[in-house]
Amino acid sequence: MSDTHAPVQAAGRMLHPELAAASDESEVKNGRRLDHAEGTSHPIRPSSAPEPQPRGARIRGNHRISQSEAANRFIAAPQHEKMHDERLWDLRQKRDRVMHRIPEWEELRSLASAIKEHTLTHLDEYLDRFEANARTNGIHVHWARDGAEHNRIVHDILLDHGAASLIKSKSMLTEECGFRDYMASVGIKVIETDLGERIQQLDNEDPSHVVVPAVHKLRTDVAQVFAKTLGTDAGNSNVHYLAEAQREATRPLILEADAGMTGANFVVAETGTFVVCTNEGNADLSANVPKLHIASIGIEKIIPRLEHLAVFVRLLSRSALGSPMTQYTSHFRGPRAGGEMHVVLVDNGRSKRLGMEEFWTSLKCIRCGACMNTCPVYRRSGGLSYGATYSGPIGLIIDPTFNRHKYSALPFSSTLNGSCTNVCPVKINIHEQIAAWRKVMAEHHELPLIKKSAMKAAGALLARPTLYRAAIASADVALNVLPHFVIYNRLNAWGKHREVPHAPRQTFHAWYRNNRGTP
Amino acid sequence: MSARDEILSAVRANLPKLDKPLPWVPMFDDSAPVSLLAAFRESLLAMGGDFLDVPPGEDPLQAIRQRLAKAKVVCSATSEVTGNRPLSRVRVPQDLADVDIGVVRAAFAVAETGSICLTDGGLGVNALGYLSQHLIALLDPADIVPNLHHAYKRPEFEQGHYATFHTGPSATADIEGVLIHGAQGVRSLTVVPVPRPADYAQRVQPPSTRT
Repeated sequence: MSDTHAPVQAAGRMLHPELAAASDESEVKNGRRLDHAEGTSHPIRPSSAPEPQPRGARIRGNHRISQSEAANRFIAAPQHEKMHDERLWDLRQKRDRVMHRIPEWEELRSLASAIKEHTLTHLDEYLDRFEANARTNGIHVHWARDGAEHNRIVHDILLDHGAASLIKSKSMLTEECGFRDYMASVGIKVIETDLGERIQQLDNEDPSHVVVPAVHKLRTDVAQVFAKTLGTDAGNSNVHYLAEAQREATRPLILEADAGMTGANFVVAETGTFVVCTNEGNADLSANVPKLHIASIGIEKIIPRLEHLAVFVRLLSRSALGSPMTQYTSHFRGPRAGGEMHVVLVDNGRSKRLGMEEFWTSLKCIRCGACMNTCPVYRRSGGLSYGATYSGPIGLIIDPTFNRHKYSALPFSSTLNGSCTNVCPVKINIHEQIAAWRKVMAEHHELPLIKKSAMKAAGALLARPTLYRAAIASADVALNVLPHFVIYNRLNAWGKHREVPHAPRQTFHAWYRNNRGTP
Repeated sequence: MSARDEILSAVRANLPKLDKPLPWVPMFDDSAPVSLLAAFRESLLAMGGDFLDVPPGEDPLQAIRQRLAKAKVVCSATSEVTGNRPLSRVRVPQDLADVDIGVVRAAFAVAETGSICLTDGGLGVNALGYLSQHLIALLDPADIVPNLHHAYKRPEFEQGHYATFHTGPSATADIEGVLIHGAQGVRSLTVVPVPRPADYAQRVQPPSTRT
């Protein structure tokens, strides 16, 4: 069903109506405006002059990342912040619309969750089965304990083939492994082939989102990056021009590459198949043009059989982008005639996470990004503000498993509103795990200083019910009468850029006392 | 200990001790559309694909030939359409770099999503589906399944080494959400309803299993 094109009507359900664009640049075919893949459901444009792109969190060795510091700089760039907020909220709304067309949607989510929980609790058996079947089909299977081992294995395969250049599709796992930096250090040329990921590579920046890596950038930012690196006209930020320039620049690199690399979205144990989903067809170019194909795969990607794959493929793109399917969903079961195929199965902390009672279900994640699109903190601060491979709600619960100290402040970048949990296609209790991580941080004395003093006061209050009730009653009054500067002071990070809700005239406790007698 | 053994023993040591049975997956086909072809066509168009509507009594191949006449390099992996770049002369995928239009046959299609399934057997050279500027796919209207649950029961996923769903053409909206076709792969995908030839099954043996 095509949505309305009229910007005036679209503006009604936009977060930032001033972004509604009068003219439309997206594809129109057979008289219908298209919004499949990550296309917006109505035309939007930044509403005023270009501004410099805000950059991500400051990363200094093992120092604690301050997400809120970077978020403040993102919010201080209103063009970027509004476009980011609007685009991701639009993806969330698209997701809701396609979801309503599938009567069995909630059943699919329950199935997906149950299939993943079954597989993870039998992970050793299924990995073993996949390996045996893949080997039978002629795939070389390697195992890597961590990112460094993964990078060495891939390097060795490339050396064996005398390969000096590698085209690859987007993979969060290779981001985890620091793959591009490692390859640069050993003189292998790596070319990302997803447009968004290529933009990020050329700008020497990490992807800011698991599905739309350059969603935090505006066309003017891309025009600058391409002018510097691809020689395009710096004054031309027409999106069709930029995309076409990139296609033309990347194509010779694809044709000349010595090897190709992909990740995998799913792995089917029964058939020894791995599955790769993209919208651009770039994974299929990477896999099918060079003779050598290497796939890097996290050990948690496995599912038992093809019938289970149907459940996940139906959920993935609908949850991610509100599009019924990725343009390309490709199933690799063995090498091409005359080709060679390698799979590297990577642990990198996953087996350890499996043993964490409160957090093991985060391994169910299929990297759709729905939790990021719906998160009010993520939408208004940009993925790079998290200073970690994974951003948004899923990042808050995965990143600390890699480095508890460095990412100790991240679990506090949430309002705990639970929207992430509600949209998660595999039913990870994300907001509960965020709360659980806060507890872990407190137990390990990793609380940021401001949280610590606020918590101490809250703890004293919550320990004494009478004091708590008195405080709540006066706080509600205070919310209504206190001058703005008291609520929006520097110690209250969440008051910044946010309006406080209207306080109820009566506390629940007072209402209960008046209406139901003494409790 | 090898990396493999070390990872597997770490996994075993950390397996949650919980009883999590594998659920049974229904086919979810109670409300399958009456006309699979009409549903497929609608889904395909919404994903940016084209469908060639052939008026009754007209030869769909004639319409394809008209379109091919304007192209410089045509490579066909089908017996119905003849191109000017025979697959037999393609030695490496890079030989397909200048193909304007590729012609392939879809093994089957999915009404729910508007996807067609292409296999290594049907493609001849896998890269034909991606290096061509435009792709035309022949589809037997009898080969449409209602949804992905039915699709994954098909034999294609256990036969060859490569099977892929194409759901419209290559697409991106990575810059400001502006939707563009032809990000890296084909700029357009046109599906044409053409019944399968009788000898189809023998001709599409996957190359990886040919002797």
